Amino acid sequence: MAMPPVSQPIGRPADHRPSGPSLQLHAKRTARRLAWFSIARGLLQVLRPGDFARAIGTRGSVPARLITRLCGLREIAAGVGILTTPRPATWLSSRVAGDMMDLGLLGVAFTAPSARRSRLLGAMAAVAGATVLDARCAQRLTGPPSTSGRAVRSRRSITINRTAEELYRFWRDLSNLPRFMEKVESVSLIDDRRSRWIARGPLGMRFEWEAELTEDRPNQLIAWRSVPGSQLDSAGVVRFQPAPGGRGTEVVVELEYTPPGQEVAAQLARLIGQAPEQQLQQDLRRVKQLMETGQIIEARPALQSVEGGLDTRRSRSRTPRAVSVVRGGSR
Amino acid sequence: MRANCWMGKRSVEVQQVPDPKILNDGDAIVKITSTAICGSDLHLYNGLVPTMRSGDIVGHEFMGEVVEVGRGVRNLRVGERVVVPFPIACGACALCRKGLFSLCENSNPNAWMAEKLWGYSPAGLFGYSHMLGGFPGGQAEYARVPFADVGPLKVPPELPDEKVLFLSDIFPTGYMGAEMCDIKPGDIVAVWGAGPVGQFAIKSAFLLGAERVIAIDRFSYRLRLAREASGAETIHYEQVDVNEALRDMTGGRGPDACIDAVGMEAHVPGPLYAYDRAKQAMGLETDRPFALRQAIMACRNGGTVSVIGVYGGFIDKFPMGAVVNRSLTIKSGQCHVQRYLKPLLDRIQNGEVDPSFVISHRLLLQDTPAAYEMFLNKQDECMKVVLTP
Repeated sequence: MAMPPVSQPIGRPADHRPSGPSLQLHAKRTARRLAWFSIARGLLQVLRPGDFARAIGTRGSVPARLITRLCGLREIAAGVGILTTPRPATWLSSRVAGDMMDLGLLGVAFTAPSARRSRLLGAMAAVAGATVLDARCAQRLTGPPSTSGRAVRSRRSITINRTAEELYRFWRDLSNLPRFMEKVESVSLIDDRRSRWIARGPLGMRFEWEAELTEDRPNQLIAWRSVPGSQLDSAGVVRFQPAPGGRGTEVVVELEYTPPGQEVAAQLARLIGQAPEQQLQQDLRRVKQLMETGQIIEARPALQSVEGGLDTRRSRSRTPRAVSVVRGGSR
Repeated sequence: MRANCWMGKRSVEVQQVPDPKILNDGDAIVKITSTAICGSDLHLYNGLVPTMRSGDIVGHEFMGEVVEVGRGVRNLRVGERVVVPFPIACGACALCRKGLFSLCENSNPNAWMAEKLWGYSPAGLFGYSHMLGGFPGGQAEYARVPFADVGPLKVPPELPDEKVLFLSDIFPTGYMGAEMCDIKPGDIVAVWGAGPVGQFAIKSAFLLGAERVIAIDRFSYRLRLAREASGAETIHYEQVDVNEALRDMTGGRGPDACIDAVGMEAHVPGPLYAYDRAKQAMGLETDRPFALRQAIMACRNGGTVSVIGVYGGFIDKFPMGAVVNRSLTIKSGQCHVQRYLKPLLDRIQNGEVDPSFVISHRLLLQDTPAAYEMFLNKQDECMKVVLTP
C-alpha cells in the first residue's frame, strides 16, 4: 500500500487524504448488494417468521416470531432506503445499528434454555460479518476521518506544561516510549536511526517491526516509519509547538499504520472500542502525567494488586456477590 | 479490611475486601477515623450515575491517620492526622495551578469515559464511578490517597474529627456556592435545598456578608435547623408558592443570588414532577431540574445563579430566555476543595463556624446500608450521618 512520505503527514489530515472516486464507486456497488440482501432477508422474515426463527436456532415461539417480523420490516426499510436515497451511507449506518440490535437479540436468545446454541453461534457469526461489511461500506461512502484505503490514521494533540526542549529530549530517547505507550512493550535501539519495536495489537495480536527515523528536528519534530517488509507497516510524526501565552507545549502526534489482516482487524478493533484515536489520546494523557507529575496515576483498586493477579473482569450477574472485585483502569 | 460497596441500584453492602496498597510513589494510605455519607452518594444509590460497577467502594468524605507513604511523598509523615478532599488533584497541571483542582488534568485515568459524556474530563474523585477514575472511596477502614502531597490537610490535634471532617466536601462546597454569588452588603441570597450542603451554603452566605438568607425545602426539620443554626428565613415549598413568596420577601425584586444545592433529583409538587420523573425513567433526560428552573425564574434581574447541586447529564425545559433577557449569570462547578482547606480551617479554629452542627446520626461503618436507607427516606430527621470504622 502506498504510504505517503513521512515529511508529508505533517499537514492537516485533510491535506493528505486520498480522494478515492474509484473507492467510492466500489463502495456504492457493495451498498446496493447489501440492500438487496437486506430486502431478501426482510421478506423471508416477514413472510416466514417461524421458519426463520427456527433456522437461526430459537424455538420459533410467538414472541420470537413477532420480533423476527419486526426485524424483517426494519431490514426492508433499510434496503429500500439504501437503494432509493442519494446518500445511502445513513441507511447503511442504520443497518449497522440493526446488526447490533440483532446481535443483542441473539445474545438474549442464547441464554434461553431451549436455544440451539450451535445454530445461534452461526447466526451471530453471520451477523458479525455483515456488521463489518456494513460499517466498512458506510465509512467508505462518507469518507472517514481516519481511514484511507487500508491504512488506519489518527491524529491527536495535548498541551503539556513543559518546554518543547524537555519534551523533545524525553521523546527522542526512544526507550522512554514504552513508559507511556500502553501497547508498546519495548523499543530497543539498533543504531542511531533504527530501532526495533514490539507491541501488542487488538485481539491479543503481537507485532514486531523495525523503524527508522525519517526526520529529526531538535525541539520541533521527530518522524519515523517502519522499514519496508515489516510485519506492521507504520509511520508517524510528533511535533512540539510552544502553546500561546507561555502555556506549555502542544504535542501533536499523527500515526498511520496498516495492520496485518487489514481493515477487518481495524474495524473489529473499533467495534470493541479499541479505536486507534482513543489509544493515542490515552497515551498522550499518560505522557502528560509523566512529564507534569512524574508518575502515571493508577486507579486499580485493592484486589488487582493482590499477588496472583485475579482476573477482575466481572460478568455482572454471574459472579457471586461475596467476591466484590472492581476494575479501575481502562485496560 | 471492611468497606461499604455499591452493589447495584438501592443496594450497598459492607464487605471484607483487600487492604489498599501504595500504587504510585505519591500515594499515602490513610487509616480512616471518621467518614460520612454525602447527599451525592444518594445519586449513586439511586443508580443515576453511569459507570458504577458492582463492588465499587463508595464514600468521598473521610479523614484519618497516615499509616504509609510512597517514596515520593514529601509533606506527609506516618502518624499525621489529615482530612482528605474529595477531588483528586496533581497540583502540577495548568488548571491545578489556577486553583481549579476539581478539573485536574492528570488525575482521571478513565478520562476518555467522561469525555464521551461531557466533552472534556474533570478530575478523578474518590468513590464516584469509573468515569471519574474508579478510585475506591472512603466508607472503609483504609483508603489509598493519590497525590498525597497535594490534597490532604493536616489538622491540629485539639480539633476533634467532627469539627474538621466536613472540610473534605460539604463545608467547602457550600462555601464555594456562596462565594460564587459575589455577595455585596445588603444582598439577599436564596438557597434551594436545606440539606447538609445547603446548610453550609446558608452559613457561608452570612459569613460572606449577606443581609438575609432564605432557605427553601420541604422538610420542616431541615428548615428549622436553617433557622436555628444560621438565622435563615425559610420557605416550605409544598405549602407556599416559592416564587410568589420570594417576590414578597424581597420587595418585588427577587433574591440577588440563588443557590441550587439540590441537583439532579429534585422534587416539586404537582404534575410537573410526574412529567420529569417519567422522562428520567425513560432515559429522555437524566436529571430533574426543578430547583434549577425555579432558581433561574426567581433570581432578580442581573443576579447570579450558583449551582452546586450535582447534575450528571441532560435536562429539559431549561429557561434560557430568562437567563439571556434578564442578564443572569450562572456559575457552577464541583468544589475546588483544596483551595478552601486552609481558610476554612482558620474559620473553624477561630470559632466562627462549628461544622458539627449538621450531624444528626453517629453510627458504625457496619451500619452503613441502614444509614443509606434512613438518609434516603429522611427518616428520624436524618440530616448527616457520620460513621466510624
